[in-house]
Amino acid sequence: MGLIEQGLLIILLPLAGFFLVGLFGRKLPRQGDWLATGLVGASLALAVKTFVQVTLQHDPFAGARTSGPWLRFAPAEALSIGIMVDNLTASMLVVVGVVSFLVHLYSMGYMHGDPKYVRFYTVLQLFTASMFGLVLSDNLLTLYVSWELMGLSSYLLIGHYFEKPSAAWACLKAFMTTRVGDVLMFVGILILFLHVGSLRFADIFAAVADGRLAGSAQMWAGLLLFGGAMGKSAQFPLHIWLPDAMEGPTPVSALIHAATMVAAGVYLMARTYLLLSAETFLVVAYVGGFTAIFAASIGLVMDDIKKVLAYSTVSQLGYMMLGLGVGGFVVTGYTAGVYHLTTHAFFKAGLFLGAGSIIHAVHTQSLAQMGGLRRKMPVTFITFLIATLALTGLWPLSGFYSKDAIIASAIEFALRHPEHLALPIFAVLAAAMTAFYMFRLVFLAFFGDPRDAHAHSHAHESPLVMTFPLLVLAALSLPPVGGGHGNWFWIGNPVPLRGEVAQRYGVATAEQGQAKVSTEHGQPVLTTEGGVAHGEHPAADDPARRAHTMAIGASVTVLLIGFVLAWLIYIRRVVDPRALACRFAPIHRLLVNKYYIDEIVQAGVIRPVMALCRLVARADLWIVDGLVNLTALVTRAIAWVTGRADSHVVDGVVNGVADSAMTAGKALGRLQTGQVGTYLTGGVVGVVMLAGFVFWVLAR
Amino acid sequence: MVVPHILSWIVFAPLIGLAVMSVIPGAAGARAIKWVSLLTTLVVLALSSVLVAEYYGLAPEFRRAFIGLKQSSFPEGSASLFEERIPWIREYNIYYHVGADGLSVILVFLTALLSFLAVFSAWNIEKGVKGFHMLYMLLITGMMGVFVALDLFLFYVFWEVMLLPMYFLIGIWGGPRREYAAIKFFLYTLAGSVLMLIAILVIYMECRTFSIPELVANPPFADRPSVANWLWAGFFIAFAIKIPMFPFHTWLPDAHVEAPTAISVILAGVLLKMGGYGILRVNFPVFPAATHYFIGLVALFGVINIIYGALCAMAQTDFKKLVAYSSVSHMGYVLLGMASLTDAGMNGAVFQMFNHGTSSAMMFMIVGVIYDRAHHRDLSRFGGLGLQMPRYLTIAIIGFFASLGLPGLSSFISEVMVFLGAFKSQSTLGAPQAFGVVYSMQVLTILGTLGVVLGAGYLLYTMQRVYLGKPRDEYANFPDLRPVEYAALVPLAVISVVLGILPNLALNVFNGSMHSLLTLWPPAAAAGFAGL
Amino acid sequence: MMAEIGLTHYLVVAAILFALGVAGVLYRRNAVGMLIGIELILNAANVNLIAFARYADRGVGVPGVNGSAGLEGQVFAIFVIILAACEAAIGLAICINIFNKFGSIDADRADTMRG
Repeated sequence: MGLIEQGLLIILLPLAGFFLVGLFGRKLPRQGDWLATGLVGASLALAVKTFVQVTLQHDPFAGARTSGPWLRFAPAEALSIGIMVDNLTASMLVVVGVVSFLVHLYSMGYMHGDPKYVRFYTVLQLFTASMFGLVLSDNLLTLYVSWELMGLSSYLLIGHYFEKPSAAWACLKAFMTTRVGDVLMFVGILILFLHVGSLRFADIFAAVADGRLAGSAQMWAGLLLFGGAMGKSAQFPLHIWLPDAMEGPTPVSALIHAATMVAAGVYLMARTYLLLSAETFLVVAYVGGFTAIFAASIGLVMDDIKKVLAYSTVSQLGYMMLGLGVGGFVVTGYTAGVYHLTTHAFFKAGLFLGAGSIIHAVHTQSLAQMGGLRRKMPVTFITFLIATLALTGLWPLSGFYSKDAIIASAIEFALRHPEHLALPIFAVLAAAMTAFYMFRLVFLAFFGDPRDAHAHSHAHESPLVMTFPLLVLAALSLPPVGGGHGNWFWIGNPVPLRGEVAQRYGVATAEQGQAKVSTEHGQPVLTTEGGVAHGEHPAADDPARRAHTMAIGASVTVLLIGFVLAWLIYIRRVVDPRALACRFAPIHRLLVNKYYIDEIVQAGVIRPVMALCRLVARADLWIVDGLVNLTALVTRAIAWVTGRADSHVVDGVVNGVADSAMTAGKALGRLQTGQVGTYLTGGVVGVVMLAGFVFWVLAR
Repeated sequence: MVVPHILSWIVFAPLIGLAVMSVIPGAAGARAIKWVSLLTTLVVLALSSVLVAEYYGLAPEFRRAFIGLKQSSFPEGSASLFEERIPWIREYNIYYHVGADGLSVILVFLTALLSFLAVFSAWNIEKGVKGFHMLYMLLITGMMGVFVALDLFLFYVFWEVMLLPMYFLIGIWGGPRREYAAIKFFLYTLAGSVLMLIAILVIYMECRTFSIPELVANPPFADRPSVANWLWAGFFIAFAIKIPMFPFHTWLPDAHVEAPTAISVILAGVLLKMGGYGILRVNFPVFPAATHYFIGLVALFGVINIIYGALCAMAQTDFKKLVAYSSVSHMGYVLLGMASLTDAGMNGAVFQMFNHGTSSAMMFMIVGVIYDRAHHRDLSRFGGLGLQMPRYLTIAIIGFFASLGLPGLSSFISEVMVFLGAFKSQSTLGAPQAFGVVYSMQVLTILGTLGVVLGAGYLLYTMQRVYLGKPRDEYANFPDLRPVEYAALVPLAVISVVLGILPNLALNVFNGSMHSLLTLWPPAAAAGFAGL
Repeated sequence: MMAEIGLTHYLVVAAILFALGVAGVLYRRNAVGMLIGIELILNAANVNLIAFARYADRGVGVPGVNGSAGLEGQVFAIFVIILAACEAAIGLAICINIFNKFGSIDADRADTMRG
């Protein structure tokens, strides 16, 4: 079985599951959850096989791709559909497969007894299929299709408890916010289609390489695609939907809103890495960096365990974006971003599933009602702790390497271009905050005295079907599977360098286009020349080397600071957190209210749009339709006037003749005195006049 | 040819049904009449399916024909386009002339499909069953006739034949304001068709023929552009009212809201398409130069339709009115697509007509389901129906997402094609430039994509208000979908999904015809696709 | 000096008679008086007829009866006299009927024909 068939099967298995479970789930034993899980398991096996086959070649262009016509515009013209497998795809396949399989498994316990169990598994299958489809797409159109289908799955799963009004609003908000980004992305696709005439990545990259796509078109295409990524990956200011998305069941939060779907934006940026221009990279880096620190600061004060993790996710996605953005100028950035995507997927999924385990046990999401759970739920505690340490970046767990790589890339970039000093500062500050809020979370949930005795007494360890995924995910954060420089994902993702595109896609002369796109601040950084080849580490006096050292120092320092602060506040109780909140009340209020972004969006976007809608609808009713009705009214008025005119003027003439005869008769009737004398007088006068006339005539 | 004279059979089979119904006593035979209606429409659907199959069976060069444009190159003449041509009124050179290319075939099939499914929606109409179904049969004949007529006079006759039953169907079986709605619909359409009639007569005075193929082969007034422009406008306004294009759209919300469900389905699913069909059948090929002149305005109005309709829909509180305005928005894509004068755009426009036919039919049926149970359509009074009627929710999700153009469902394909085509187009170089207004198709297209966001907005907001949220007690004992409702909704959902995954099933029917039509504007056609 | 009595004198007498007759018809309210007035008018006409007959020269005579003094005038006068008799008979009958109907022969009171 070739790579292509394998890839196709990876998509089709869960897709078949979607139809089978959706149509017949109710009639199957156990409502078909085993079928869904089994199909995803099979996909996972194929994904791992693909990963081994492709990634071990250490070649960014290894793999296979094929495509065929799909949308036939004209007898000879069509847009293609196709499958592409390369190392990026392979890594993503494994990540998606692992998390999806484990979440399927976990949900058997977590969702047990849910009245919408079948619906849950059906949509989960659809999601898995579309996520596989996303990473296997060889063109932007099918990528967009999968992208939107994931949006649908996300909508349906966030709205799983749709009888809760908050969930109903949350799914609407999630879909609409991402839709805004999607439309930007769609316009980007239109621009690419206009300039390249095809939506296949291969054609697009070839067009960039030979200079057909350059200048502002290239910049706008990249920026607009990033707009889509911002929506999906919850980058500021389109991040507002993700915390609300926590209304969905916790396994869904783990799969979709932590590990895979939200990383699709990062994947998109990595996939289109070869088409982005320098401006786009900068925007990506700054948006990512700002999001990282912005979301982390909100995470400091959240009370809801899932909200903390949600803001943490937003922050980490910002990290990945930062890595990719810097990756435009510093080769390690790309790998670091993608690497962080994979490590983050595992430990964040672990954290969410662990949180789910806790919620399952104590039936609350509020940290204020937890505490002292570490003895009650040892497996959950250990795995949660490992994932936390990975997220905060403790050596030698996976997060240390990936986060360190991002920080190092940012520092290296700042060393080369000091005007971008803000980027490493963002990264380091966010790391400090991450350490603080994650240890705060652990301390509040697992340590100290139980704050809610009732919940605590009922708490119990989750069944094996739920703890097994926790264990697997924790193991994936440990070296050598998930950490270390020998890590598979690290070595598996060499940077696809722009110079190579030309050779790979058979473009003869690459220099022309390359010179345009790779110049930033007068210094070519995106070329194969200059001794920076993928997989190699630079020489000792190189900024990269210094950056690496500085990054390790910085990240260890901030990790310690964060940990100690959390420990002092929440374990030793040196300072009462409430007193601290009172002390810094304005800042605290700002953070608790999430910088009032929701309110700003409500007042600045939603209300005006709704007001505009009402205005237009009213205008439609009163002006446009009013004109129609006015026409009718005027016509009727004219008809009325004509009608009156008809009865009075036209018919009036007829009647008038009769009337005047009548009137004349009446008037003349007066002459008719009935007295003979009168008549005779008349006769005589008449005769006399006649005679006079005759004489007058004769006289002439 | 499996069935000789297949187009005539399709057009007049409903009249046979009508004749059968007329001998069934109305009071006692209501059930029988419904069955006759169902059977007749099923026969029409079967014949239309045969038509599609036969059309597929034609050689590729025949499938590449747009009536009047490529016929001379066919060895057997017109025989393969299902043409029938017999003199009707010799003195005035009027023929009973029907025929079908890809554009006609797909719309005939859509009409047959929707008229069959709408019978299910009309199943629970108990008032005046006989009259309803007899008028319904006449309506089908009129609609089918419009889609196959190749003689302008015949076209006009069918156009008017369709109007009359519609007037009564709305006016008698409609909602509270049915008289107002019916008269508004009737007069509005009639006002348009008067303009069309004038244009037809002017053409006849000049060319002494009503034959569309002949007119396409020898465009009238080619040497007098101003006359051609006026005639173009006359036809266009008649069709634009039908589409309906802003600002001629206000008959639509009233007519849709007041009409019974089955008639709303036909109205949105088929009648609106007659406008788009007319533009593609008459305006574009008969007046290519005038089309090129006005096309930028068409695009502009298309985008206005998209956004304006969506904004209006967002503010509605009446479920059915919301769906009606969404039709305005969706038909804007049709205008924008055909105005692009590119393969992608034109095919997108035709495909969008088909998809809007299925998706809006679904939406109206979905509204009908809840209206039958709750007897109101006030969105603010619904909520939580998803929990009480889970199957209904599932169908509604497909319907709503088909309507908002979710990938994987067919409307997405057509919207993408429209946007891809429009974005490449250079259509704004005609009249707008002549009037000194300059805007680019790219900007228009980007504005049009706003409709995608707004569309998602009003549809999901509606979904949230009707199905999600806390269940309400007053709707607690509503039964889930009945078999007859399933029968109407499921086929549409299936078609939407299948065509979303395999769009070529539909695109291959008409892309040849559209491609051939595009040869009338060589520069635009030359700027076609470099894609695979 | 006495001029010879000629046609003019007759005509003057007839005119006076006629005027008296007309005045009688117009201003008498008594129906019998009106009848008398009518008689005066008719006889004024007779005088004229006779006078014209007497003085008419040849040229004025009726063609075909040239040479005779012309009896046409006299004949007409006799007709008129006969007619006057008939008329008087009818007129008196009317008077009697008016009397029977209105109780008097005052013509002004018989105004049932008033419009």
